[in-house]
Amino acid sequence: MDDPLIVVVLLLVAAAATAAVAVRDPVRQALVLAVLGVCLALLFTVTQAPDVGLSQLAVGSAVTPLLIMLSVRKVRRRQQDGKEKER
Amino acid sequence: MTRRLRMIVLALGGAGLAALFVAACFGMPGFGGDRHPYGDRAVHASLARRTANTISSVNFDQRAFDTLGEMSILFTSVLGTVVLLRQTRDEKRGRPQPQEVALPVRRYALVVLPVALVSGLYVIAHGQLSPGGGFQGGVVAATALHLLYLGADYRALERIRPIGVFEVGDALSASAYLVTGLAGVLAGTAFLANTLLPYGTFNTLSSGGTVPLLNAAIGMEVACAIVILLARFLDQAVEIEEDNGKR
Repeated sequence: MDDPLIVVVLLLVAAAATAAVAVRDPVRQALVLAVLGVCLALLFTVTQAPDVGLSQLAVGSAVTPLLIMLSVRKVRRRQQDGKEKER
Repeated sequence: MTRRLRMIVLALGGAGLAALFVAACFGMPGFGGDRHPYGDRAVHASLARRTANTISSVNFDQRAFDTLGEMSILFTSVLGTVVLLRQTRDEKRGRPQPQEVALPVRRYALVVLPVALVSGLYVIAHGQLSPGGGFQGGVVAATALHLLYLGADYRALERIRPIGVFEVGDALSASAYLVTGLAGVLAGTAFLANTLLPYGTFNTLSSGGTVPLLNAAIGMEVACAIVILLARFLDQAVEIEEDNGKR
């Protein structure tokens, strides 16, 4: 662990992961998850695993947050529909 | 079982797992050492088959069967999504109204879309040479298409993304992987053995025997799978709504 770059990126990952758990709103959580994805991609790249870094960048910072946000939107729409029906 | 007893069992299990973890950590080679027996052998094997990217050689040659498993996982999960997120009887399909897109967003999306798409295809095509490959490039290419949703609207995205074609493409590329594997059996060696094609010249697009073929199959499979997955989620989020009139 003598490489300062790896230590810095590891700390970044830890900070982003803690933030992802601490944020309670699912939409914001998805955004923080995207940031965490970028940090993890950085970590994989500085530890000489660019292949894994690329997958992480594509899946972890784009597709997963997008799927979460779409699910949240669907759930919220259903809740709104339900409220309108009650009125 | 009382709550207290359950907590004791949990604590015992957790302590055992923690002890094993610590023991395993002490038995591991040091971080970033210079002895990598497995890595050395993998590099040697990939150079023998003239595959410049060792990771691709591991994925599509030395451990091609594992990749078949991963591909089936993705294929099955997409199949499950298609079944679960279909339009049910008590749901109706609304027409999403196109909305005004901010000009900078529109410009950005339309400029980046072709660049991202070509980057994805490049990453797939050069999987056997440089970092990346079918998985990474497939996801990039598939998500690139969805920039059209940001830059224009949902109707435009639906027009360039005929779901039926992508579903057939998904199945076809999954079978292509299997057929390439079976070709090895027919040629008299083993399932997914990379002995079928000449290995070619090192560091050219056609090097590595069956690696580029399997890589391309995976690229197409992943791209189609991600497009279908996002399409089903987008359908649910944008178009399909509960039919309140009937109930």
